[in-house]
Amino acid sequence: MNDAAEYALRLGDDALVLAQRLGEWAARAPELEEDLALTNIALDLLGQARALLTHAGELEGEGRDEDDLAYLRSDREFRNALIVEQPNGDFARTIARQLLFSTYQLALYDRLCDSADDVLSGVAGKAVKEVAYHRDHAREWTLRLGDGTEESHRRMQDAVDWMWPLAAELFEHDALTERLVAEGIAVDPRALRPAWEHFVGGVLEEATLTRPETTYAPTGGRRGEHSEALGHMLAVMQSTHRAHPGATW
Amino acid sequence: MSELWEVFVRARRGLSHQHVGSLHAPDARMALRNARDVYTRREEGVSIWVVPAEAITASSPDEKDAFFDPAADKAYRHPTFYEVPDEVKHL
Repeated sequence: MNDAAEYALRLGDDALVLAQRLGEWAARAPELEEDLALTNIALDLLGQARALLTHAGELEGEGRDEDDLAYLRSDREFRNALIVEQPNGDFARTIARQLLFSTYQLALYDRLCDSADDVLSGVAGKAVKEVAYHRDHAREWTLRLGDGTEESHRRMQDAVDWMWPLAAELFEHDALTERLVAEGIAVDPRALRPAWEHFVGGVLEEATLTRPETTYAPTGGRRGEHSEALGHMLAVMQSTHRAHPGATW
Repeated sequence: MSELWEVFVRARRGLSHQHVGSLHAPDARMALRNARDVYTRREEGVSIWVVPAEAITASSPDEKDAFFDPAADKAYRHPTFYEVPDEVKHL
């Protein structure tokens, strides 16, 4: 797969895998209102994933469409970051993942609006408003859980501690991003970190939470080296398509 | 911890806010966000109000007769003697 296709696949897989995880909250969220909020966010991400995977397939030029890429790849062929594939855990852990990821994704899309790739800039331009809401949703809940009861504070801190090391991978660069940054197509992930630190740090402080201090930074998602959780998630996500190839709604 | 909120949505400029339903939320900011997700995800509105349900004082069904029946036989209170031009909307 060429550079541009691979990059679109990374972006698309982040959105697709997180959409699937959030979709697992359907009918299981703490309240009906939250059920709708999380699945609305999932649908926003799914829309982004569809456009990005379609684009990746076109750039690859081997006739694969969005469904082929979503349903007929194994876990080792997925290029999402590890943080999005993590099991939902309790509600606090899902919110922690949303805060860390959507803050990153908003900064990314904001800069991607200027990409030399018209499809990427178009998707980013539309998605920036969606993700601004995702970040707002996560911020509001982080504040309430962190600065809520003793139990909610304990759980929110535990959730942030658990998710925090996984965020580092989002800001990693490699030869591929360097080549695409030079062509004006990609955003340098390293450049997104300061604004991310500033925003997330501010939310944690306001929520009376402690910013984790750790050097542990698991990685490998962009190379297809995933945690065990992704395979189980894909087994569910892909089962219908694999059992009934080509089935339509 | 969740309170009940009543939700009012303005469908578009020029119309007034209409009651659309209720929802649960821990506070007003979250109530607004929940209202956005529950009641406006199909482009139903351009503005949302949320009001704590307990802030609403409602007339009682028991008082229905005393409240509303006396108005029933006073046709002279209805502006039925004007002709409304076809061009006038939302009257």
